[in-house]
Amino acid sequence: MSNDDILLQVEDLTTSFRIDEQFYPANDHINLDVYENEIVAIVGESGCGKSAFGHSIMGMHHQEQTKISGKIHFKGADLLSYSNTQLNKVRGKEISMIFQDPLTALNPLMIVGKQIEEGMKYHTKLSKNKRKQKAIEILNEVKIPQPERVYSQYPHELSGGMRQRIVIAIAIACEPSLIIADEPTTALDVTIQARIIDLLKELKRRMKTSIILITHDLGVVSEMADRIAVMYAGEFVEIGEVKRFLKNPLHPYSKSLLYSLPSKNNQGEKLHVIKGVVPSLNHLQRQGCRFKPRMNGTDDSIHEETPTLREVEKGHWVRCTCYKHFQIENSHQVVEEEKDDVFQGQ
Amino acid sequence: MWKFVVRRILIMIPQLVVLSILVFILAKVMPGDALSGLVETPGVDSSTIEDMRTTLGINDPVHVQYLNWIKGLSQGDLGTSYIHQRPVLELLEARLWNTVYLSAAILFLTYLIAIPLGITAGRFHDSLIDKLIVGYNYITYATPLFIFALLMLFVFGFQLQWFPTGGSADINLEPGTFSYYMDKIYHLLLPALSGALLATVGTIQYLRNEIIDTKMKDFIKTAKSKGVPEAKIYSHHILRNSFLPIAAFLGYEITGLITGSIFLESIFSYPGIGQLFLQSISQRDFSVVTALVMVTGVATLIGTLLSDIILSLVDPRIRVE
Amino acid sequence: MTFFKVNNLKVYYPIRGGIFRRVVNHVKAVDNINFELKRGETYALVGESGCGKTTTGRTVVGLTKATSGEVIFNNLDLTKCNRKQIHESRREIQMVFQDPYSSLNPKKTVYDIVAEPLRNFENLSKSEEREQVEYFMQKVGMSRDSLFKYPHQFSGGQRQRVGIARALTLKPKIIIADEPVSALDASVQAQVLNFMQDIQEEFGLTYLFISHDLGIVRHMCNRIGIMYKGKFVEEGTREDIYENPQHIYTRRLIASIPELDTDQHQNSELLRKNIEEEYQKENDKYFNEDGSVMDLKPVSDTHFAALR
Repeated sequence: MSNDDILLQVEDLTTSFRIDEQFYPANDHINLDVYENEIVAIVGESGCGKSAFGHSIMGMHHQEQTKISGKIHFKGADLLSYSNTQLNKVRGKEISMIFQDPLTALNPLMIVGKQIEEGMKYHTKLSKNKRKQKAIEILNEVKIPQPERVYSQYPHELSGGMRQRIVIAIAIACEPSLIIADEPTTALDVTIQARIIDLLKELKRRMKTSIILITHDLGVVSEMADRIAVMYAGEFVEIGEVKRFLKNPLHPYSKSLLYSLPSKNNQGEKLHVIKGVVPSLNHLQRQGCRFKPRMNGTDDSIHEETPTLREVEKGHWVRCTCYKHFQIENSHQVVEEEKDDVFQGQ
Repeated sequence: MWKFVVRRILIMIPQLVVLSILVFILAKVMPGDALSGLVETPGVDSSTIEDMRTTLGINDPVHVQYLNWIKGLSQGDLGTSYIHQRPVLELLEARLWNTVYLSAAILFLTYLIAIPLGITAGRFHDSLIDKLIVGYNYITYATPLFIFALLMLFVFGFQLQWFPTGGSADINLEPGTFSYYMDKIYHLLLPALSGALLATVGTIQYLRNEIIDTKMKDFIKTAKSKGVPEAKIYSHHILRNSFLPIAAFLGYEITGLITGSIFLESIFSYPGIGQLFLQSISQRDFSVVTALVMVTGVATLIGTLLSDIILSLVDPRIRVE
Repeated sequence: MTFFKVNNLKVYYPIRGGIFRRVVNHVKAVDNINFELKRGETYALVGESGCGKTTTGRTVVGLTKATSGEVIFNNLDLTKCNRKQIHESRREIQMVFQDPYSSLNPKKTVYDIVAEPLRNFENLSKSEEREQVEYFMQKVGMSRDSLFKYPHQFSGGQRQRVGIARALTLKPKIIIADEPVSALDASVQAQVLNFMQDIQEEFGLTYLFISHDLGIVRHMCNRIGIMYKGKFVEEGTREDIYENPQHIYTRRLIASIPELDTDQHQNSELLRKNIEEEYQKENDKYFNEDGSVMDLKPVSDTHFAALR
């Protein structure tokens, strides 16, 4: 991959949310390149800032509750400098979004065909009839049986899997070059999840679209993504190719996440547990390695004072030096008294 | 759809029967009857009264009386008003229409005021304009209708003399002419406005909350992510969803207005059924009272049916079969 | 003596139609299922949403009424016994719910939440109650400081542990866990699963584990029943189900588990495709003409599958 293939370049992006009259960064000076025709997964636990990242690219945040700085280069322009009207020309046409819950993501009072067409109304000069024709084509494309019939159905008349196909159809209606998929399979049953994964991969191959896949599920990442960026407490801690990452994760957080999953290999054994909880935005310690408080028995000398994301092998980036000294212990730690972890509700 | 309506109408039959029994019992347990007042009237001895009672059926067993009353009801005979010496039906007709006009005017003005205010408050919630509208809402919510209406009557009727202070039309005008209808509207305006200004509370609050709620929904994010301009997001997505509960409430609103116009009609001496109701109670004109209770009962049942039908028309998720 | 057994359990909901709302048909949420729990084991009910696994769990604890069939526990049929007997059996079968955010009363302190079952079933003095609550809170790894805090002050994993502490206070024999970790993040999920295994040993618990996540089920459960459209399509030990699945639906479910090993992707994609084709083509081998599931036939001593 060369620099010419970069589709989206996020540079020093900081997104802060207002909590009690103060702004706290949910994304803290992050950088990421998204290449053409790739699926890059943003992975982390709830509250790590991965959804905020997707919303920042689309300019979806509430303006008064959010502060954004940095640059988001996309096709020769900085999206962050765009006005809302300018962004409306990008949203849906160049970049679109797939949401987690297909039931709530669709307007219950509008037939699905109209919801698919709506974007075309603002982004193309197609006539009403042409739009309908195109919508039916897209329904076909996302493999909906009897597209003409489904066109005039309401969301509640469709099953969960069908609804998610509609949400995908809306996202691809204007053939965008980037799709941000925010937990696209989390609300679905496993067999449907498998089919939606296959569908997204196929669409990506055929339409040459790039996808930013936001998820907490490493299984989905493994099935779908080319590259992975692991996010912890508002920062990327590790970025690399999925294949290499899954065989050899480096950052302590990445390792811990992977080993906490039940799999064929650790059957009957205790699962790895990360001590403590994800810190909330307004109680996060922002100096030094943010993962330090959750590592067992490590001394401060292994961490950098101001950790940076460093390329340790080609295309594989890791934050902080502590990864060199971290081993997953096979024996699981007994759940201990958690005095300090009482979570201050956000 | 028709099945649903038929079923609902069938369900209304037992409801009506129960209602009629209750009304009948209430009328019967009231002390005295329409003839009690004649006792000790010079020239009328008690045997004459007894004879009259027998001819009027008042001495029949209770269930026979009830059946006779129901028979009358089903033929449109609501009995005779003792005070006015006219059939109740005749008495009701003109006044019922006046009340319907007044209610329709209140409803129209309520929506005319409440919908723009509700939308503005919801769209710009937490802004100064929203706070002003919510403030207006608190004031109107806390203001009792009978005081507010009196104040309106005093200021605009008696002091400024902008509006008439009683009646439903000038008696000198020929019914049916254009100026007669204009005069009717003129008479309606002040009571309708008084009622509407206070009735906006529910609609404004509902609409505001619904819009704030809907704004946060995921499908609004979907619309935004499609590149739909904000004004279109409001007109295509938010408003229709936010109007659902208000549309659904329309049926109840209508019945509420018909039964709730008692104060307004008395204060503005507007000849509607509310005013008639108060008069009839104080004059113990029970045949009129029972008829009015029956009429409002039926109106309530029809209103709820109307609400359900409206809801099923505007919300595709509720398709009644 | 059988420990716990469900015989021919049916839960039907009527569908009404026409002007008079007569019952025209039934939704068969649970349709004639049989299974047995052995003391100390973890038995999984697995299936996709709407397959009836949650309804089964709710019926076993008495939150939903059975249409017919038996739920045998302590040699008593819980669907038919009197109020007092149900009350008694209820303390021995407890439930842990899916969503730790909504299953705890936000207006009660953790202490009151955990003490509530004790107050319902036992007449303890204040100090005895306190002792019991502290004992179980300590068992689930919660400090004494947290006793008088409210649910919103805790993280999801901690809340789920409070839910489990509440279920433990009456020293139940069976715990029905309905998707206990599916609302939790991976690292927290691991914590709760480990912990459930620990207390199972310590208190000799039997779990009925309801889940759609076959990865977790493989990790936690000894025996597994796969449900589809209210019926069992397959039942067997963990090895039977994962190494030797017989029914197409089971195979489809297992093939749908996302594979972490990227080298296997080509294989698993191919496998999924083949299964999908077989599913379309050989439908009559696995399902009756009307699409319903067949009756279970023995494959081995422990393994049953709904085949022709």
